Amino acid sequence: MALRAIAGKKTLTLGLGFGPRGAVAASCPGLGLRLRHVRGLVTFSLPDLPYDYGALEPAISGEIMQLHHQKHHQTYITNYNKALEQLEEAMAKGDSSKVVHLQSAIKFNGGGHINHSIFWQNLKPANEGGGEPPHGSLGWAIDTDYGSVEALVQKMNAEGAALQGSGWVWLALDKEMKKLKVETTANQDPLVTKGANLVPLLGIDVWEHAYYLQYKNVRPDYLKNVWKVMNWKYASEVYEKEVA
Amino acid sequence: MGFPLLSPSYCCGSQPSPPIFHGLLRFKPVTSLRKPSSQKRQLCQSGRASKILAYYGLTTPPYELDALEPYMSQRTLELHWGKHHRDYVDSLNKQLAKNPLYGHTMEELIKVTYNNGNPLPEFNNAAQVWNHDFFWESMQPGGGKLPQGGLLQQIEKDFDSFSNFRDKFVESAMTLFGSGWVWLVLRTEEKRLSVVRTSNAMCPLIWGDIPIIGLDMWEHAYYLDYKEENVRAIC
Repeated sequence: MALRAIAGKKTLTLGLGFGPRGAVAASCPGLGLRLRHVRGLVTFSLPDLPYDYGALEPAISGEIMQLHHQKHHQTYITNYNKALEQLEEAMAKGDSSKVVHLQSAIKFNGGGHINHSIFWQNLKPANEGGGEPPHGSLGWAIDTDYGSVEALVQKMNAEGAALQGSGWVWLALDKEMKKLKVETTANQDPLVTKGANLVPLLGIDVWEHAYYLQYKNVRPDYLKNVWKVMNWKYASEVYEKEVA
Repeated sequence: MGFPLLSPSYCCGSQPSPPIFHGLLRFKPVTSLRKPSSQKRQLCQSGRASKILAYYGLTTPPYELDALEPYMSQRTLELHWGKHHRDYVDSLNKQLAKNPLYGHTMEELIKVTYNNGNPLPEFNNAAQVWNHDFFWESMQPGGGKLPQGGLLQQIEKDFDSFSNFRDKFVESAMTLFGSGWVWLVLRTEEKRLSVVRTSNAMCPLIWGDIPIIGLDMWEHAYYLDYKEENVRAIC
């Protein structure tokens, strides 16, 4: 949707070195990574949510969705753009010290943008199919690797609850081994930092801002409820594209 | 800080519980295990204390839970102290029940469980117990004024001015990625003050520096009051 919206402007390909984003965006045109060219530098903007802020209630409150999207995700994008601009300057000047120094801001803010862009696609209102378990090849793969969807959910919830501090819990596909994996990443590290062959199928944000206003410190309750609005259809589409 | 529950003299149990720990250092009364809406220091509840096996207790902030309003709400204190801090204490005690890691002060326990960079499972809880104990002490009702005497002089010496220090502290907090803490520490080797950041549960005690003040920058510390506007929270 967003990619079509910027037709007519020059669009850089998505191969900016972020594997999962490229793969995911290619398979799901609605991902809305919102690229724009300014002076040859790509800048990013906030993708629209494919549902209203209140549409995921009662699993996730409208208040959280709005803050999470309009404030947190937007801040990552703003700071990502800033860091990229500074990077461009530093590279032009050959300032290696500055180039290296900027990497952590790029990883953090760029990662935040990548991760949240995937997250919005991972969620779906219950009355539009959110929470419906996967069928087809992903369903079979889960049964093979984990025994059942319930067992997988339990594992992901356990890992998500045990994560210290801030981070994400992922259902990943190792596209080389064609196997599913449950992984966690710290802070805003994208999944690819855990393995170049890992493709994100589902990610759950376990930063406190993702649930605190509603669930307070009871992260396990958030993890239990988020599955009611999980978009397994999206995960299946990504999976089928990778293993085809 | 984070003191082991001592037995009979502080717990009004009907039977004396076995001394679990040979306490050291200054001892604060341990709160009861009632709900966090209790706003006064309490001694252990009678009857229950003798059945409870615990190693460390939850220390109370040295002020009422609404005393930091309007900067930090009572609701935040109730949750932050009553749930988060309490959880760290309870989880630590549960871990220690299965593990012969007793006999330490909290400061010692943190260093032991940090295990030279290969932290044991108890580290996170122990460090967070200490960090939060320190955090409550770092704040006071009606605080926020300039430090006095020797500390102010040292700040002016090491940062040029108090407002330079304050700017540096705020900037440090704002640029922290993820969960963590911001500290004013006294660097023991260099013998000067410094602003440092730590991630998650890390604590400057680990590398031998002396914390002077600590600020919790985990989202739970400010989210209810300030949502994502952590700048306002810090200032």
